[in-house]
Amino acid sequence: MTVILNQSFTGVSIGAVLLLIALGLTLTFGQMGVINMAHGEFIMAGAYTTYVLQKPIENAGISLLLALPVAFLVAGSMGALLEWLLIRRLYARPLDTLLVTWGVSLMLQQLARDVFGAPNVQTTAPDLLTGSVSVAGVTLANSRLFILGFALLCVCGLAAILRVTPLGRRIRAVVQNRDLAEVSGIATGRVDRTTFFIGSGLAGMAGVALTLIGPIGPTTGTNYIVDAFLVVVVGGIGRLRGAVITAFVLGLLQSVLEYSTTVSVAKVVVLVGIVAFLQWRPQGLYTVRTRSLV
Amino acid sequence: MSGLITRRGLLTGISALGAGAVLSACGAKTGSDTSKAAGAKADTSGDTVKVGLLNSLSGTMAISEVTVHNALLLAVKEINAAGGVLGKKLEPVSQDGASDWPTFAEKAQALITDSKVVATFGCWTSASRKAVKPVFERNKSLLFYPVQYEGLEQSPYIFYSGATTNQQIVPALDYLKKQGLTKLYLVGSDYVFPRTANKIIKTYAKANGMEVLGEDYAPLGSTEFATIVNKVKGAGADAVFNTLNGDSNVAFFKEYKSAGLTAKKLPVLSVSIAEEEVKSIGTQYLEGQLTAWNYYQTTPGAANEKFVAAYRAAYGKDKPTSDPMEAAYISVHLWKAMVEKAGSFDVEKVKAASDGIEFDAPEGKVTVDGATQHVHKTARIGKVTASGLIEEVWNSGGPIKPDPYLKGYDWAADL
Amino acid sequence: MTTTSTPPATVPAAGPPAGPPDRPFQNRFRIPAAFLLGAVLLVGVAPLVLSDFRLGLLAKYLCYGIVAVGVSLAWGRGGLLVLGQGVFFGLGGYAMAMHLKLADAAATGQPLPDFMQLYGTEGGLPWWWQPFANPAFALAMTVLLPMAVAALLGVLVFRRRVKGAYFAILSQALAAALAIWLVGQQATTGGTNGLTDFQGFFGYDLNDPVNQRMVYVIIAIVLLLLMALARQLFVSRYGELLIAVRDSEERVRFLGYNPANVKLVAYVVAAGMAGLAGALFVPAVGIISPALIGIVPSIGFVIGAAVGGRASLVGAVLGAIAVAWAQSTLSDAWPAGWTYLQGLLFVVAVGFLPGGLASLTTVLRRRRSTDGVRATKGVTA
Repeated sequence: MTVILNQSFTGVSIGAVLLLIALGLTLTFGQMGVINMAHGEFIMAGAYTTYVLQKPIENAGISLLLALPVAFLVAGSMGALLEWLLIRRLYARPLDTLLVTWGVSLMLQQLARDVFGAPNVQTTAPDLLTGSVSVAGVTLANSRLFILGFALLCVCGLAAILRVTPLGRRIRAVVQNRDLAEVSGIATGRVDRTTFFIGSGLAGMAGVALTLIGPIGPTTGTNYIVDAFLVVVVGGIGRLRGAVITAFVLGLLQSVLEYSTTVSVAKVVVLVGIVAFLQWRPQGLYTVRTRSLV
Repeated sequence: MSGLITRRGLLTGISALGAGAVLSACGAKTGSDTSKAAGAKADTSGDTVKVGLLNSLSGTMAISEVTVHNALLLAVKEINAAGGVLGKKLEPVSQDGASDWPTFAEKAQALITDSKVVATFGCWTSASRKAVKPVFERNKSLLFYPVQYEGLEQSPYIFYSGATTNQQIVPALDYLKKQGLTKLYLVGSDYVFPRTANKIIKTYAKANGMEVLGEDYAPLGSTEFATIVNKVKGAGADAVFNTLNGDSNVAFFKEYKSAGLTAKKLPVLSVSIAEEEVKSIGTQYLEGQLTAWNYYQTTPGAANEKFVAAYRAAYGKDKPTSDPMEAAYISVHLWKAMVEKAGSFDVEKVKAASDGIEFDAPEGKVTVDGATQHVHKTARIGKVTASGLIEEVWNSGGPIKPDPYLKGYDWAADL
Repeated sequence: MTTTSTPPATVPAAGPPAGPPDRPFQNRFRIPAAFLLGAVLLVGVAPLVLSDFRLGLLAKYLCYGIVAVGVSLAWGRGGLLVLGQGVFFGLGGYAMAMHLKLADAAATGQPLPDFMQLYGTEGGLPWWWQPFANPAFALAMTVLLPMAVAALLGVLVFRRRVKGAYFAILSQALAAALAIWLVGQQATTGGTNGLTDFQGFFGYDLNDPVNQRMVYVIIAIVLLLLMALARQLFVSRYGELLIAVRDSEERVRFLGYNPANVKLVAYVVAAGMAGLAGALFVPAVGIISPALIGIVPSIGFVIGAAVGGRASLVGAVLGAIAVAWAQSTLSDAWPAGWTYLQGLLFVVAVGFLPGGLASLTTVLRRRRSTDGVRATKGVTA
C-alpha cells in the first residue's frame, strides 16, 4: 500500500516536472504554432541563472526565490529576441522554424559551454527543500512538493492571464483569427512577441525548479525538450487543460511502468503509446477550433 | 505513371560503368592470409615521434575525458623534459572523439595512417574502446586504455592501465561482505559496463552468501530517479552498488537525499565517482558515501605528491586528480619504459618487452603483466569527506594480479 | 497555413530538375553529361588519387549523401520534414550488421556472435536473429524493413491527415524510442556499443584495403544509381504531383488525387534509401550503434540537405557530403567554433535561403529583377 502511494506521489511529481517544462510550450507551440527547439535552452538559461545568483547571495532560499523572477526575465528576453530576430520571419513556415531554432539551440548550448564550462555546475538547495515529510508512511520530498505547488501556481497564473486580462483576450483573438484580430486594431506583431516572452519566461522558471532535482549543464534543456512537445501535442494544441491532464497522466503512467518494468522499457512504451494515441485522436485530448491548419 | 522512365540511356550507361568497376576490384577472401594487409607503418625517422591522444574534447563525455587528456599531455611533457624516448622527443597529436563511437573509430584510423603515430593513448567508455579495437588490430598499432572497465577483453593491441573487475569490483564486494553488508541493490546506467559488472556481482553474491535484492538501469543522461530511489528504499537492502555514469549521479544523489536516505542509513558504493565528479555532484549529497578505485588524490607517497603538484602547476590550483587521470598518466610512462627495454618503437618488440615493466606510480608501484597486457594494481575503498576529497578506508594490501576473465576465481567459472 | 516548407518563389529556382519535362534541346545533354562527369570523378578518379584512409572517409560521406537523396525527395519535393531518418538508417544498418556478425561467427565456427557470448543470452541465438544468417534475406531486409516500417507509419499518419509539425515530432519520438530500446537490449543488440568488429563482408576480408576500396566503389555506384532513380521520379508525372501536394495539398485533393498515397510513396522510398545507406555504412565504417539513430543524428541527416538545397538533388547530396566533411575536419582543430558554425549554417540556410546554396545564384539574380518573395507571401500565410 505504501509502495502504491509512494509511486503515485512519484508519478504526480514527474507529471509536475513535465507540466512545468511544457507550460511555456502551450503558449509558443500551442497558441502560436511555433515549434521552438530552443525552448530547452531557455530552461537551461533559467537553471544557470540560479547558479549565477547563488554566487553573490549566500542564502540559498533567498537566491532561489529571487532566481524565479530573474530567470523569467532572462529567458523571456531571450525568447522575445529570438522571436524578433528570426521567428517572426518564419510564421508561414512552421517546419523551417523547427530547424532554424534547432540551429539556435546548438549555438546556445555551445555558448553555455564556453561561459560556464562543459562540466555540470551545482547549486546549493535551501535546507528546507532537501528534506522530506512523512504522511501516513509516504515520504514526500520537499523539493518535489515545491515543484508540484509551483507548477500548479504557474498553471493558475497562466490561465488567469489568458482568461481575464486584456492581454489574454488579445492572445486568444490572434490565435483564433489573426486577420480579424488585425482588422480589429490589435497589434498582432506585438502580441506575438509578448506571448513569446511569457512562454519563454515560463521555461526559465521551470529551469530554476529543475535545479532542485537534476544537474545543471549545457544539455540540461535537450533532455526534456521532446517530452515537453509530446505533452502539448497529446494534450491538444492550444489547450491548457489538455496539457495539465496529459502531464499528470504521463507522469503516473511512467512511474507505474518504471516500477513494474525498467526505466528504458517504460520510456519506450510511453513514446510508442503516444504515437498510437495520436492515431486514434490526431488532434489530441482537447481541440480548439480555429481557421488555421497547423 | 507512364512518364516514369524517360531517359533509359542514362541508366544503361551507369550500369555498365558499375559492373566494370566492381569486377576490377577484388581483394582477399575471409580466412586467407592477411599479413600483407598489415596496416600503416609508424614514422620513426625524424628527431621526434608522434603519439596519438584520442579523447572526447566535445560532447557529453568531454567533462571526464578532458581531464584524462590533460594528464596525458602532462606525462608527455615530463618525458620530453627528461630527454624523450630513445633520444626522440614526443610530439602529441590530439584527436577529438566527440563522444561519438563511430567518430572514435575514424579518428583512430586518422592517427595511425595519417599522423603515423607510434602509439595512441585514450578512450574512456567501453563503447568507444570497442569501436576502435578493430582499427588498432587491423593496423597492428598500440592503444593504451586508461579507465577501469568491465573486463572480459584482451586485445593483443591494447594495453589496459585501468583496473579490470578483479582489481575494483571484486575487492569492493569483499569489503562490503567484510562489513556485513550482504543485501545489495544494484543501480546503474544502461550500458555495457554496469550490465557486465552487475552480472559479475550477481554471480559473486550467489557464491558468497550475499543477496541481490534488485537491479535497475537508467538510460544514459537520465535525470528522473524518483522511482528507482523508491524501489531502493522499499527493498530493505544493506547497501547500494552504484554503477551510474556522469550526469545521472547528480540526479540520483539529490533524489537519494530528498528521500531521507543517508550514508549512515544505507551506504552507496560507487565505482564511477572520482574527485572531479564529487565536485560537480556536490559534497553535501555525497559526504560519507563509499567509492572503489585504485588511486585517490589523497593516496600517500612521494610519487603522488609530485604528480598532484605537477598537475596543479599545469592546470590550476583547484583542479583535483583522479584515478583515470592517474592511469592515463602512468600509461605513457609505462609505454616509455617498454620502448626503452625493447630498444625500438616496433609494436611487436614493445609488446614482447612489456612483461615485468615496473613504474613507481602515484598509486604505488605498478607492474605490467605481459600475458594479459593489464597492470598489477592495488584496490582501494574510499569515503567522501566533507571537503570533497576521498579518503582511503581500506586497501587490498598490495597489488592484485590482473585477471580480466576472472579465471582464478572458482565462483566465476560459469560466468 | 499549409505544410509548405519552401515559399513558392524559390521553387522554380531550386535546382535544374524542377522544370517541365520538355526542356530546351541543349539541356537534354547537359544533365547526362554532368552526371557522367560526376560518375567518372567518383568511381574512376577518387580511388586513384585518394589514400585508403581518405577514401574510407569519402565512403562514409557518400552514405550520408545516399540518405540525402531520400531527404531531397521526401522533404524537398514532398514537403515532408523527415526527422526520423535515423530510424531507417539504423534498421538498414542493423540488418546488415546482424548478418555480418553471424557470418563472422560461422566462419570461425562459433555458435554465437562474440558480443553475445560476452553479455550472455540465455537460450542461444534469438529467433529474430536467425533468418539474418541468410545473406539474401539480410540484404533484402536492409531495404524492405525500413520501407515496411515507413509504410506502416505513413499509412497511419498520412491517412489521418496528421499535419507537418506533428509528423516531425512523432518521427523524433520514434527515433528516441528505437535508440532507447536498442540500448536496453544489450544481450541481443550490443547495447550502447552497437555492433562492431566485422571481419568479413560476404566472404571478402574487410581487413584487406583492396576490399575496403571495393566497398567504396559499391557505395559510389549505389549513390549514382539512386540519384538517377530520384531524378527519374522528379521529372515523372509523379514528381509533378508530389510538388503539387507539397504546395497545396487541399487543391490536389479537390482534383481527385489522394495526397496521402502520394506522400506515402515519397516517404517509403526515402526510408528505403536511408536503410540502404545504413547497410552500406556498416562495412565502410565498421560500426552501427544507437548513437547513429537518436534525435540528434536524425536531425543531422537533414542538415546537409538543407544547407545544400533540399529541392535540388545535387545540392542536397553535395550539401550532405560537404557538411559531413566539414564536421570531421573542422571539429578537431576547432571543436567549439564548429558547433557555432553548424548552428549558424542551419539558421542562415533554412531561415534565409530555403533553397540552400544551390539556389544562391538564382536568388541573387531574382533579387535584381523583381521581389518575388513578397509578391507571393499572401498565398502561403
